[in-house]
Amino acid sequence: MASSRLVAPELATIKVHGMTREAFLMRSTLAAGAAYGTLSATGLITKALADSGSGDVDILNFALTLEFLENEFYVRAAKQVNGLSKYESDLTKELRDNEAEHVDALTATIKDLGGKPASKPKVDFGGAFASRASYLKTANTLEDTGVSAYNGAAPAIESTDVLAAAGSIVQIEARHAALIRLVREVAPAPRAFDKASEMQAVLDAVKPFIAA
Amino acid sequence: MTDSAMRELADDPSSRKRFFKMLGGAGAVSAATVFLAACGDDDAADSPPEGAAVNNNKSDLEILNYALTLEFLEAEFYDKVIASGLVKDKMVADLAKKFGETEQEHVDALTATIKKLGGTPVKAPKTKFEETLEKGLEETLNTAATVENLGAAAYLGQAGSIKNKEVLAAALAIHTVEARHAAALNHLVGRGFSGDGELSGSIPTGAFAKPMDMAAVNEAVKPFLA
Repeated sequence: MASSRLVAPELATIKVHGMTREAFLMRSTLAAGAAYGTLSATGLITKALADSGSGDVDILNFALTLEFLENEFYVRAAKQVNGLSKYESDLTKELRDNEAEHVDALTATIKDLGGKPASKPKVDFGGAFASRASYLKTANTLEDTGVSAYNGAAPAIESTDVLAAAGSIVQIEARHAALIRLVREVAPAPRAFDKASEMQAVLDAVKPFIAA
Repeated sequence: MTDSAMRELADDPSSRKRFFKMLGGAGAVSAATVFLAACGDDDAADSPPEGAAVNNNKSDLEILNYALTLEFLEAEFYDKVIASGLVKDKMVADLAKKFGETEQEHVDALTATIKKLGGTPVKAPKTKFEETLEKGLEETLNTAATVENLGAAAYLGQAGSIKNKEVLAAALAIHTVEARHAAALNHLVGRGFSGDGELSGSIPTGAFAKPMDMAAVNEAVKPFLA
């Protein structure tokens, strides 16, 4: 199975097989049309199929922007938040490093697909680091948003290798979310089915953290 | 149904209940409608498609039944853990109860989806958790962690093989919940974030989660099947 090679080093070398984007699109369009008729596809999927083959890069750049945001969030938290326990401090550093690896992997994947990686956004986390509680609350929001973003975008991914990579990352985001939630003493898995958010909803959710 | 209406169904339990009533159901199995909604509500989806689509359904059904078996196993385990009275700590007991209820929702949703796609849901497997429970709380929580990590790895292993995009979306929504369970239990039993030892292969060793294929997962759960 292709996805079995999806451990960190291989992530950087993901290729979209030997097929052209057009061939990929043709195949998915035909398959989706044959199986379900175009009417039952969601708006997101319809849009992705209608796009000129740039869909996966767009999704990866969207994910990259979120990972940049998360990584910078923990970089600053590790320096600025007072009153964390040893475990909380270790967790913060572990999450920071995980997000940095996600940034690297997504950047490499976008380049491999012939795309241009998004540049790091300027961020502003306001008063998030003023206290342990406000840091953890914001972390909780960011991680849950990350999970819903990947889950919302993943079905529109055309390449199974890119999908496997996204799946391998979102599972970690979900684990982050659960661990941050446990520290906050709130339910680690409050829903039986995690949310899948559309791109716009995610962008709205993170807008307060992006500096103008 | 519009996409936003589907989102509302997924997000709002009361709206799920309304939708289920709309379908003429009993209203008791509210979570299943997340899947029903995810699978589309046009009539065409109810009639068996032809040609390539039959093969698509066939392989998706195999994956869904495989997932259903794992969810049955998990739900049954939490039931037995709670019934055993082993867990005295209220926080841990609440967690086990909530996780168990969630697995049951997954069972219901997968069952409904399999039927919707024209398949036959597998029966609940006969399980064998007695030995684990007899060994006490620590072994029991360790086993819960193992099973959840396996579940997360199993869903991840199938993501690329699911043909129906809406079944994929639903599987992803379960996948990350299994991951949350796994992380919480890993933490509870002191495995730390990265995990080690016997879990290698089923627990992430860092920033990227590892998938497991069907054969490896089936082998790993064999000790729990009677």
